Amino acid sequence: MSRAEIRSLTLAAAAFALLAFLPFLKDSGYLLSVSVSIAMYTVLATSWALFSGPTHYISLATAAFYGLGAYVVAAGIGAISYPLLLALAGTAGAVLALAVGVTTLRLTGVYFVIFTLGLAELIRQVVTWVQNNLTGSRGMYVFTEITERIIYWELLGLAALVYLVGWLVARSRLGFALHIIGNDELVAAHVGINSAAAKLILFVISGVFAAVVGAVMAPRYTYIEPSIVYSPELSFQVVIMALLGGAHRLWGPLVGVIPFALLWELIAARFPTQTVLLLGVAFLLIVYLIPHGVVGRIEFALERLRWGTRRG
Amino acid sequence: MAERTVLDVQSVVKRFGGLLAVDQLSFAVRQNEVLGLIGPNGSGKTTVLNLISGVFKPTTGDIYLDDRLISDRPARHIARAGVGRTFQLVRILPSLTVLENVMAGAVFGHKRLWGREARKYAERQLERVGMAHAMGMATAALTYIDEKRVELARALASDPRVLLLDEWLAGLNPTELQTGIALIRSLREEGRSIVLVEHVMDAIRSLCDRCVVMSGGVKIAEGAPAETLADREVIRAYLGDEDA
Repeated sequence: MSRAEIRSLTLAAAAFALLAFLPFLKDSGYLLSVSVSIAMYTVLATSWALFSGPTHYISLATAAFYGLGAYVVAAGIGAISYPLLLALAGTAGAVLALAVGVTTLRLTGVYFVIFTLGLAELIRQVVTWVQNNLTGSRGMYVFTEITERIIYWELLGLAALVYLVGWLVARSRLGFALHIIGNDELVAAHVGINSAAAKLILFVISGVFAAVVGAVMAPRYTYIEPSIVYSPELSFQVVIMALLGGAHRLWGPLVGVIPFALLWELIAARFPTQTVLLLGVAFLLIVYLIPHGVVGRIEFALERLRWGTRRG
Repeated sequence: MAERTVLDVQSVVKRFGGLLAVDQLSFAVRQNEVLGLIGPNGSGKTTVLNLISGVFKPTTGDIYLDDRLISDRPARHIARAGVGRTFQLVRILPSLTVLENVMAGAVFGHKRLWGREARKYAERQLERVGMAHAMGMATAALTYIDEKRVELARALASDPRVLLLDEWLAGLNPTELQTGIALIRSLREEGRSIVLVEHVMDAIRSLCDRCVVMSGGVKIAEGAPAETLADREVIRAYLGDEDA
């Protein structure tokens, strides 16, 4: 490990330790609630970018995994211990990601995007149908002792884990392979890379994280129904935040999550009926104006500065 | 004594729908040999390279590497078995540095190096193609010729037994051409087999041990360069009937 790596690891560890004390602040109620949502989007957007950043496959299936995780908790709470439910949610996420990945990672470009969006919607409809026709209720209650503080710590732990996984992947052969795949799949095949396997591993990793986040968040809702936890809005938000920050760097999504989550709190409070419209507008603006995200912009500017000084 | 056969193409046919791109083509490449695959535009030369490297599967027919059937395998297995190539339209990985582009060949090919070992190996390949000065550079700064060199270094980084070069010498100026020819010759002397799709006649004459001439997907001549290039049917294929 190089000195620079040790330094950034130490800094990251210190930042996480500091953030862990946030719930002990006086009158931290509102701050905590915003922080939970920032932490949640950070884990979702960062794990999304682990797969989509290097491969450029835009997945709109986040809500499918998130909802799955939430439903695992809703179905099992009371009967099964909570930590075990989190593990179950992760496993369910992995199984779903494997099944989806095997069938769809051959699709490229817009076909993949549409399929993942359709998948999330399909699962939502199936769950709704099952609940309406077989259980006779539209939703499920999640009663637990779990407080917002605990949820916050869980999400913080998950965030640390997602960064660790991303960092390890980036240093590995797998990370290098994904980088090559994102550049040119034909070349990837010709240097001996198993593209399908590499993409599948990362898709599963991001699916597991989304499912576990859903499971962690379930107690916060108290009442769960498909239209809440399988909301396509969530999938779009995650994509927008990751792209806004920059999906090509591990810490890029975070740069998008913080301003967007804060802005979204405001929008959801002021214009509750126009959220989808504003989401669409934000999406267009980001894709047209900052295709490589804020981080990409900054890097570009730094690069120009460096070239400028070298010449001058 | 004749060298052993490394690459063996056996009665290969490739159809794209109604188009017969390659028809009953057979040829063999031996160790230490440069085989020129020549013919007019659209005669199926690049398709043959694509069949060997696994971009396409033959409709019928087999391709062997050291007696191992490779034409049923996906491209990544063929690459790992020891077939490296460059592309007619250069395929550089734009968001990687020059050195990383070359490392790609060493990390996943049948070398499977990693870390410092892979980096050093890639550096040596870059030195070999005369690109040592560009190691840390972004690929956007490269000229077309330098991109070709980097692509060759990437192919070399996998230490291939068979190297497929698709018009690698095209577009070089006379000095660069001489360097390029010397480079390919040195690769042959290491015991590699090289299949060269090429239009530069000087290069074909000075480099190739044998030539296979294709026209309309069919092999119309095979032999030493001097003889094959003088062949009446070859001249007709290139220039039309009146000049033959």
